[in-house]
Amino acid sequence: MAKIKFPRKEAEKHFKLTAENVEKISMFGTPAELNDDFLEVEIFPNRPDLISLENFARAFKAFTGKSSGIKNYKINKPEKDFKVKIGSSVKEVRPFTACAIIKGLKFDDEKIKSVIDLQEKLHTTIGRNRKKVAIGIYPLEKIKLPIKYEARTSSDIKFIPLEMSQEINGLEILQRHPTGREYAHLLSDYKKFPVFVDSNNKILSMPPIINSNETGKITQETKDVFIECSGSDLEVLKKTLNIIVVTLSEMNGKIFAMELDYDKPLITPDLTPDKISVSLDNVNKLLGLELKEKDLSNLLPKMEYEYKNGKVSIPAWRSDILHEVDIIEDIAIAYGYESLIPKIHKVATIGEETKKSKIKTKISEILAGLGLIEISSYHLIKAEEAEKNKSSLIELEISKTDYKFLRNSLLIPNLRILSENKDNDYPQRLYEIGPIFSSDKRNKSETGLLETENLIISLTPGNFTEIKQILDYITKALRIKYTIKETAQKEFIDGRAAGILINDKIIGHIGEIHPETLISWNLRMPLAVMEISLEEIYNILSEN
Amino acid sequence: MSKKTEENNIIEKLSPLEIKIIPYLNLGFSEITKKSGLDEVSTLRALKFLETKGILKIRIREKKTIGLGTNGIYYKKTHLPERKLIILLESQNNIPLDEAKKLSKLTENEFKVSLGVLKSKVFIELKEGKITLIASKAELVKKYLEEQLIDSLPLEQDQLKAEQLHALENLKKRKDIVEIKTKQIIDFELTESGKQIAGKEIKSEFLEEVTTDLIKSWAKNKKFRKYDIQAKVPEIYGGKKHFVNQSIEYAKRIWLELGFKEMSGKLTETSFWNFDALFTPQDHPAREMHDTFFLKEVEGRLPEAKIVNKVRQSHESGISGSKGWNYKWKEKEAKKVILRTHTTCLSARTLGSIKPSDLPAKYFAIGKVFRNETLDWNHGFEFYQTEGIVIDENANLCHLLGYLKEFYQKMGFNKIKFRPSFFPYTEPSVEIEVFHPEKKIWVELGGAGIFRPEVTAPLLGKAVPVLAWGQGFDRIITDYYKIKDLREMYSNDLKNLRNKNFWIK
Repeated sequence: MAKIKFPRKEAEKHFKLTAENVEKISMFGTPAELNDDFLEVEIFPNRPDLISLENFARAFKAFTGKSSGIKNYKINKPEKDFKVKIGSSVKEVRPFTACAIIKGLKFDDEKIKSVIDLQEKLHTTIGRNRKKVAIGIYPLEKIKLPIKYEARTSSDIKFIPLEMSQEINGLEILQRHPTGREYAHLLSDYKKFPVFVDSNNKILSMPPIINSNETGKITQETKDVFIECSGSDLEVLKKTLNIIVVTLSEMNGKIFAMELDYDKPLITPDLTPDKISVSLDNVNKLLGLELKEKDLSNLLPKMEYEYKNGKVSIPAWRSDILHEVDIIEDIAIAYGYESLIPKIHKVATIGEETKKSKIKTKISEILAGLGLIEISSYHLIKAEEAEKNKSSLIELEISKTDYKFLRNSLLIPNLRILSENKDNDYPQRLYEIGPIFSSDKRNKSETGLLETENLIISLTPGNFTEIKQILDYITKALRIKYTIKETAQKEFIDGRAAGILINDKIIGHIGEIHPETLISWNLRMPLAVMEISLEEIYNILSEN
Repeated sequence: MSKKTEENNIIEKLSPLEIKIIPYLNLGFSEITKKSGLDEVSTLRALKFLETKGILKIRIREKKTIGLGTNGIYYKKTHLPERKLIILLESQNNIPLDEAKKLSKLTENEFKVSLGVLKSKVFIELKEGKITLIASKAELVKKYLEEQLIDSLPLEQDQLKAEQLHALENLKKRKDIVEIKTKQIIDFELTESGKQIAGKEIKSEFLEEVTTDLIKSWAKNKKFRKYDIQAKVPEIYGGKKHFVNQSIEYAKRIWLELGFKEMSGKLTETSFWNFDALFTPQDHPAREMHDTFFLKEVEGRLPEAKIVNKVRQSHESGISGSKGWNYKWKEKEAKKVILRTHTTCLSARTLGSIKPSDLPAKYFAIGKVFRNETLDWNHGFEFYQTEGIVIDENANLCHLLGYLKEFYQKMGFNKIKFRPSFFPYTEPSVEIEVFHPEKKIWVELGGAGIFRPEVTAPLLGKAVPVLAWGQGFDRIITDYYKIKDLREMYSNDLKNLRNKNFWIK
């Protein structure tokens, strides 16, 4: 998702920024906010074609009925030497490129900035941070056509990259140039790196990293430009190129095609619309409307389509139309979401809660009835808490906070919460029901992990008798029989800790917490705790 | 009111505790306690009762007493660490620091403190790693201020002389040498009406508590002492469910009443069900580590080949009339185990297991989901989501809006609007906004849509319309509970939990 800031002054050249229009922009599928300097719009990942103000304005004018259908952009035939030779060496590293030439541009600072912005936003969205698409734009006056796209070993790549003053080689760019370091991971697995080279054997750029300082920088003097998009998915490259060329055409540039000598020669850019069938029946069925053929002919041009006899022509810069439903959504947008009337769906189905859920609610009621307070803790625990626990825990790959492990008991969050509450009124009688995590040694689960629901009860000040009274009360209330046997349990006092068994299976522990544990958690009141797994109880009660 | 009736009025309301101390009201607090035979807490309570009746005014002063802390008691018996060091240096002057430390048998911290103290008193000099005693013998023999103070404790703080205060400040900086206890000094002044009844022996003919004996031997015409019904009573706390769970129970009831079946599932999930089955391409930014919690050292298993192959097909070349994403789909990526980022994986699993004979069907879930976020007032790494799907050949976008409107109205939002949105797995997609009456702005509450055929065809076997939604639940309830900082949701501050309103809807 990209937030795009269009300078307010520039946007106002295209459409009025009344409150009503700003609301309309949101209803176009691009949530908008207006402030003193900018019109800020959110462009969803399916519409990279709306990232430039020029394209956005054209599409929005169609939406408001000021123009309609697919705007026709003229593509001039390639002139002499408007060619790109593609070496077979790029196949392994970055196999495709789509290119174009634009002539007759008039750049000022504002325009240069907006072109660079477009390039950067396309890199991060449709370009997946330059992995899928990287874009280069070069001043034609500084380079000599035709162009070669080929892969070379590092030592054969020598040029002065942007923002540097001396010539360095390919590897040095990856190691020393700031942009090189940022994107080095995209090339570091390869022996050869891709480059665009002109007929004077000058390197224009090493995609997807950096342009040459000499041949790869547009200025106010630049009139004509060479554009290349390189990457792994030719279809996406073509769409990206189309987005750029129509934007530059809107800036009064003339589009010229280029010949690319793949195994099967290719001419880019190509703005021929794609076609897709749409059935009126499917539209009405999915949207719950009663549209007629002529409604489609009215609505589709508002979203820059053309419609004839069940066929929709799609502008060549749209990359998001995979299926008829994508067209149907645009019909709904053109129709106006605000005009859709919410309806009650008349279908008979019977509601049902899961058994576990019912039992869980019941247990919670029983405990609240005893005057206990329910807490709700994080499923993640901190690294320092994991260390105290000393058993093996499931760890997260990367976490932005101190919470880096999955809890393997409810006791740890409970002790943390008690220690955070040590200055609040006593007695503190707490309970919590929630899942705990461990690795699945028998490897039966789909994730390799076991997730079981536990119940913890803690009383402070509290002793063995009081906590056992509660165990008795709940088990009696649920009509479940348990036995108890002495166990040594870390964190608990020897001789005051016991395992709780149902059907001869240990389901948890009960007892008084050892002062050493209390001290390590900065607690100063006696604490009695029971923690049991509820899974066995769920099984028994579900059977009844 | 005459003075006499005023007095009677007061007497009629006196509790036994108050009656016990009235004869001694002309004395001081400790005398009253002694003579009445009450403990201090009861005496104070009785005085407070009398204060609310306008009989006296209580004044409470604080008195600070300086005593010895645990370390102080130990040092008084042995010596302060710096004195130990002096004694050592007197026999072995001019020795290296680490040797002095070893011989003195002081802890790291004690040794450091001692050096600091002796240096500030100019008793020693440190040069080239050696420590030299430079004070005169006379100076060394004399007990210095801190030692003198320790010897003379306990003392009251307001009686300390300036140099003692200075020594106290120094000692306070060190661990557990001194301990300051604050004691309340209670004293009071009688009001005009107080002066009239103070010292009187009051024989109350009024009845106190209702006891079983009293009921048994009840005779007419007896009168009970009147209570001060306005008096504050001590606060009690009831047991209760966590406030988030209270509202979840309510929301669950809404879905049940609307005919939805509950879905349940695990919080740990394979990427397959969380992303791939939902047509989220494997290079989608949401699948990166800075957005999603991936788990170390585990690899998941994929479901039956029939489903996996169709999901692969829907990504690579498309299914059911779709062009697909046109890339090489990798099993390894789908096997990665994560903490679920949305409850929509439950919907995907349900679609994968449902039989054609079960349709039409409606399902819901309310469960925790996880995002790799920092913790601040507006973000958390876990929160609840409310999820729902409706699977029906005849379901459409207007029905979707109907369900959402119904739910939000029952949750207390009357002004609601829908605008276009985008999710990889729904088309059309909808964003729900509700109007915030206080802030007078529209607030985004979450996403919904109709599952794409690329999602439904592989899981259901054919493309049937599935209305789907999964909105963050926490933000829906913050207004009801007046929560401004999302961290409060799971902070579990007991004061807050005890005083939080119940969910009443």
